[in-house]
Amino acid sequence: MPQSRILPLRRGSLEAAPLITGIAKTNVCFRHKRVIVAMALHAAGAHDDEVREQMTVTIDPTTTRTLTVPSKPGRRPPARPPGRKPLISYGHWWWALPAIVLVIGVHYAATLTGGFFAFTNWTGLGDWEFIGLDNFVRIFRDPLLLGAVWNTLFLAFGSVILTNVLGLLYALAINRMLKTRYILRTLLFMPVVLSPLAVAYVWKFIFQYDGPLNGFLGAIGLEELQKVWLADPTWSIWAILITVVWQQTGFVMVIYLAGLASVPIEVEEAAALDGAGIWGRFRHVIVPAIRPSIAIATTLGIIQGLRIFDQILALTGGGPAGATETLATQVYKQAFSLGQFGFGSALALVLTVIILGFAIFQQYITRDREVGKG
Amino acid sequence: MFRYTKATAVREALVWLVTLIGLLPLYILVVTAFKTDQEALTTSAIAPPTSLDFGAFIEVLTTTGRNSIPMSILNSVIITAGSIFGLVLLGSVAAYVIARRTRRWTNATYYLVLIAIILPAQLGTVPLYIGARSVGLTGNAIGMILLWIGILLPLSVFLYASFFRGLTTEYEEAAVIDGASPTQAFFRVVLPLMSPATGTVAILAGLIVWNDFFNSLIFLGGSTTQTLPVAMYTYVGGLVSAWNKIFAVVIISMIPILLFYMFAQKRFIQGFAGGLKG
Repeated sequence: MPQSRILPLRRGSLEAAPLITGIAKTNVCFRHKRVIVAMALHAAGAHDDEVREQMTVTIDPTTTRTLTVPSKPGRRPPARPPGRKPLISYGHWWWALPAIVLVIGVHYAATLTGGFFAFTNWTGLGDWEFIGLDNFVRIFRDPLLLGAVWNTLFLAFGSVILTNVLGLLYALAINRMLKTRYILRTLLFMPVVLSPLAVAYVWKFIFQYDGPLNGFLGAIGLEELQKVWLADPTWSIWAILITVVWQQTGFVMVIYLAGLASVPIEVEEAAALDGAGIWGRFRHVIVPAIRPSIAIATTLGIIQGLRIFDQILALTGGGPAGATETLATQVYKQAFSLGQFGFGSALALVLTVIILGFAIFQQYITRDREVGKG
Repeated sequence: MFRYTKATAVREALVWLVTLIGLLPLYILVVTAFKTDQEALTTSAIAPPTSLDFGAFIEVLTTTGRNSIPMSILNSVIITAGSIFGLVLLGSVAAYVIARRTRRWTNATYYLVLIAIILPAQLGTVPLYIGARSVGLTGNAIGMILLWIGILLPLSVFLYASFFRGLTTEYEEAAVIDGASPTQAFFRVVLPLMSPATGTVAILAGLIVWNDFFNSLIFLGGSTTQTLPVAMYTYVGGLVSAWNKIFAVVIISMIPILLFYMFAQKRFIQGFAGGLKG
């Protein structure tokens, strides 16, 4: 995509206006073009309600220029007169066909079929019956599976809270001033691109009974805290949580860094000059500016957290005694190890409903906030 | 107002300290992989090896049989490359038609794709497996590539469509007026302009496919075609505490991704942050 020449325009700088003709010629994306032209017009002294489609701008007493402001973004380009063919043919209509077939097949048809299987006792071979809600009754009567639901939620919320707190702290720490912030960002993002399974093996070693973690505890005189971490009914789920958090924090940090980049340093400086402390600046300047980042980071985190699978299989395999089973591992075990396709689908349906529920809930909350703000 | 002061230098040093502690697991990973069997068992985890020992790597890379690591690397490369190729090809043409032709059906298709991004994939796994098994697409690379194209196409179409909407139509119009066919105009003129979108799609899809364990485990399980994560899982399952060998496999699985990451880390970070927002 041709890069737009985004010029550092500020309100009040009159030199901006003569540059507009140049800008309008470059192939910038529609939204940017309007923003830039409007900014330049503001810079040249126009008021909001004066920025119209066509206008004459006086740059100085001897120079005037007629400018065309592109119409607002978000709308489709002006419709062709009905019945007339477009200027050229953009590709062929059947180019969309493979995508439509694959998306309907892999996403819609498969999901609907899975939703149907959830109410049957199908085992993959032979006959099956429609058994109504029996599968779900069985899920909510089985303590192991209820535990799996609980573990799923624990890992999702635990990882979201920890990665967001750590990621935001780290982003704030390296956001401004640090000379090596790009190197730090690259280093901290590195675990994100690695395979979760591979990362889990590294942590499996660390959590071994004769591994580095217990070695460290012994070295600082905390022998009584040493445990068989991955075989401990209480602590094994925490071990998985730490593994996940270690890998995902860099991702959350990058989202927050992108959000923090939108906070103008001038605003922060102004707040500091007006006597706002670190907390005050964080609460009243930074948090409002990074709200969209918070929404994205928590939504993605919850969705990913609810699906954690690889790390559990590598670290504990669901043990000890089912203490680290989640819905994802149970879907795999019931459907693919035990061949209970109907029951496995019912578990997958529960997981799907939870994921969709949280996704929609989160959308609802963030929208509410924006309304409240506006 | 905000200047680089002594306090900033202290903060920078502290952040480095925290980062290095945070990356200790990777250090442990590397030093352990280069230890001999004996050393790996007896020495401290953070002690560097007395001499660089490639024994573990050689042993891992000379495994044979169903879960041979070299074969699984080849399979992973084929599946990842095939999926990226399909996602770029099918995703870009579909997105082009969706973005450029403003008909009712193209809008409907766009929403079909958007909803598919949000729809969780878990529920579809069982029916997809049954369907793939019944037509012989489980246990081979072609089935896996098709599956990945299907799973990730919504993401690809969505990314391409938003890039196309930001690109003026003048390029392809000029090309067509100069005598190019619509197909030529797209592949010779428009697609080359889309290299940032192609890069994002390739990075995201490449990472997801290369690192995937769940889908390969299900759709390739028990066959002779294994991807690297599944082969690693099986191989590690057969080793008891031979951590130097386990870590040699782990490092081998990380090297390709890390190489790409070093060369294009900015693209990676932006692509990841931007792409997954959709």
